Amino acid sequence: MALPVAFFAVFFAWPVAAIVARGLKVDGAWQFGRIADVVTQPDIRHVLWFTTWQALASTALTLLLALPAAYVFARFDFPGRAVLRAVVTVPFVLPTVVAGSAFLALVGHHGLLDELWGVRLDTTVWAILLAHVFFNYAVVVRTVGGLWAQLDPRQEEAARMLGASPLHAWRKVTLPALAPAVAAAALMVFLFTFTSFGVVQILGGPTFSTLEVEIYRQTSEVFDLSTAAVLTLVQFAAVGAILVVHAWTVRRRESALRLVDAGTTARRPRGAGQWALLAGVLVTVALLLVLPLAVLVRRSLDAPGFGYYRALTDSDGGTFLVAPVDAVWTSLQYAVAATAIAVVVGSLAAAALARRDAGRLVRGFDALLMLPLGVSAVTVGFGFLIALDKPPLDLRQSWILVPLAQALVGVPFVVRTMLPVLRAVDARLREAAAVLGASPWRVWREVDLPLVRRALLVAAGFAFAVSLGEFGATVFIARPDNPTLPVAVARLLSRPGDLNYGQAMALSTILMVVCAAALLILERLRTDRTGEF
Amino acid sequence: MLLSLDAATVRLGGRAVLDAVDLGVAEHEVVCVLGPSGSGKSTLLRAVAGLQPLSCGRVLLDGRDQCGVPAHKRGVGLMFQDHQLFPQRDVGANVAFGPRMHGVPKGERDAEVGKLLELVGLPGAARRSVAALSGGEQQRVALARALAPRPRLLMLDEPLGQLDRSLRERLVVELRELFGRLGTTVLAVTHDQGEAFALADRVVVMRDGRIAQSGTPLEVWQRPADAFVARFLGFDNVVRATVVGEAADSPWGKLPVPEGTPQGGRTLLVRPAGVRLVPADAGLPCTVTARTFKGTHVAVRLQPADGPHLEAACALRDAPETGASVGVEFDAAEIVALD
Repeated sequence: MALPVAFFAVFFAWPVAAIVARGLKVDGAWQFGRIADVVTQPDIRHVLWFTTWQALASTALTLLLALPAAYVFARFDFPGRAVLRAVVTVPFVLPTVVAGSAFLALVGHHGLLDELWGVRLDTTVWAILLAHVFFNYAVVVRTVGGLWAQLDPRQEEAARMLGASPLHAWRKVTLPALAPAVAAAALMVFLFTFTSFGVVQILGGPTFSTLEVEIYRQTSEVFDLSTAAVLTLVQFAAVGAILVVHAWTVRRRESALRLVDAGTTARRPRGAGQWALLAGVLVTVALLLVLPLAVLVRRSLDAPGFGYYRALTDSDGGTFLVAPVDAVWTSLQYAVAATAIAVVVGSLAAAALARRDAGRLVRGFDALLMLPLGVSAVTVGFGFLIALDKPPLDLRQSWILVPLAQALVGVPFVVRTMLPVLRAVDARLREAAAVLGASPWRVWREVDLPLVRRALLVAAGFAFAVSLGEFGATVFIARPDNPTLPVAVARLLSRPGDLNYGQAMALSTILMVVCAAALLILERLRTDRTGEF
Repeated sequence: MLLSLDAATVRLGGRAVLDAVDLGVAEHEVVCVLGPSGSGKSTLLRAVAGLQPLSCGRVLLDGRDQCGVPAHKRGVGLMFQDHQLFPQRDVGANVAFGPRMHGVPKGERDAEVGKLLELVGLPGAARRSVAALSGGEQQRVALARALAPRPRLLMLDEPLGQLDRSLRERLVVELRELFGRLGTTVLAVTHDQGEAFALADRVVVMRDGRIAQSGTPLEVWQRPADAFVARFLGFDNVVRATVVGEAADSPWGKLPVPEGTPQGGRTLLVRPAGVRLVPADAGLPCTVTARTFKGTHVAVRLQPADGPHLEAACALRDAPETGASVGVEFDAAEIVALD
């Protein structure tokens, strides 16, 4: 418990406090009026307005497109269902810059639609909205569909036997059970899109800017740190509010529901309507999720003989001090370090949280752990930048800075994955081991570890994918001579010229392949697990 | 005494789950704690094992206070209600777990595992997965595992709780025989009186965290300490009566009582065997309201015109039909004053 608390105090609480101080303290005196000053500026108000409405629109669009898919995945059994489920999840672990470049390749200047019909969306808000759906489709399908699959269909049948029509039974039985999950998923999507950075940075152009992008702009282009700090506080408050509502809906979702094994509730679609629904979902997935990635790969191969890939190994391209391909190696090193940190800190925190006698204080820490996930990467990066640059802790020159920031974002994933499994370990199994002579440490090694080993691997995989694709925090603190993959992609995209564009596509493709591979390995581990507990 | 509890008390959420319990278990003795669920018997075992700290009082093993001694250093064994075998280990590794924790070398361990599995009637099962075991086999493995570190005291929590009846009856005899042979000191808890009486040298009946009665199975069976114990043992015919000489005035009329029965207001137990059915015109007139087949006899439920219902035991061929009118006479030898 002590280590996770210290970790969060130093690498999260302190940087945040530093931001607060930077934003509100002028010449040593607190100036709370600064908040009002900043948010009443017309351009800032415009940013706030855009951030909110695009998040609302993205959430609505995602629900509209993904809820039918949640139903299809939960209730229909069809060939290729497992593969399709994995495909749907891939975008979620993809780095935002990959999605950004994929949509650029699809709807941007000289994009596929531009070439076919002369349609360009990259200067419109539609590109952003579609990219947000691309990302968060999986959130809805997994959260809602996961629960839907476990709802006992016999409950609905019981309502039918009592005289309810199919629609009526669905409305009265299934919908109420599902509503909290839908609300939770919607809030998650809202949170992710509200704090969207990479996508808007790449697709938004000069016209559209979210709060997150504006914070970045104020810091790295305008150098107005105090305005950035105030904006960070505004974002912090908004995210905090969303998380509180989310925690509340999750608690409601955990209320007594009769759940059954998800494997037993799906069946073949029946009738033209159900087949049409299935087909519609398949087409949506193909157009929205698969097509952008396919176009991305094709664009990266536009130059003859893997030209763009070969260009990556050139160090005199001018964009960087090193060959872009070195970013692959840098990224992997950072990701491994970040994964190690996240797994150690996250499992210690999960172990402390899983104890049945965990007090209120410890459970409060649970919610706190989720904060970095929502509080946005840019905040973390910015906080690191202004808090860890002077004694007692000066990490500016240290390579560990980047993995630390990435680990901070990865820890919530580790905790989320480990906690349910640790909670599921029967406390009496531990007691049985103790009575047989095992000391507390040996109990953990002999009983807990074998049971959670797989979850630990899954958690590590998640942390790895997250840190590999992390962009918002890394872009602040990565050193120019040592960019990570996403940073390199973004920098290539910001330069003119076909070669830079092509190289960005090629790097994105590499990044996508690595992340997708990590995810597919995870999916295997996950399905294996079901038979064991 | 190998184990002594000295006013052992456990309070959970303001309620005394274990309320000033004094209990001793001598070496080689098999003691069975009997009580309904919620009477605190599992808490008693957990307190002795060191899994549940005492609110006050003491637990002594070999005369030494165990306060502050953690579970893994107490040297007692506990077999859990639902066995709690380690799911990711095979049978042999489950049994070998205790010796391994105590640093017994591998060769010795394997030999010990083989011997124990033979002892519990599962020779050669060491490589089997615990998931593939039947309920009875799991119970045997759990027993072997608990015996493996040679605990000075073996505790069993509802050892046969989830098994079906015929298996339970067979295993209880096997256990009794095994403990006698090994000279194991045993403290077991169960809610099943048949199990307790078959297994134990001494039976302790618990109620609401306190000990209601302690004695040999025969003593407890013949002379329950109070109405609660009598009813818990399955006796329904318990009434208040006034004893004068060798007769008692009860809601069922005059009852004969054995010589030397204490005089005055008493709680009387009439064993079903002491309720004799006679033709309707003799004795206490009753109507038969239900019959329950009990294998060796039929339990007949009777409703007198006045007073609480009665239970009688009668031979299969003599059992009257439901709704029949019968007379009832009482046998003084089967009537006992409880207080």
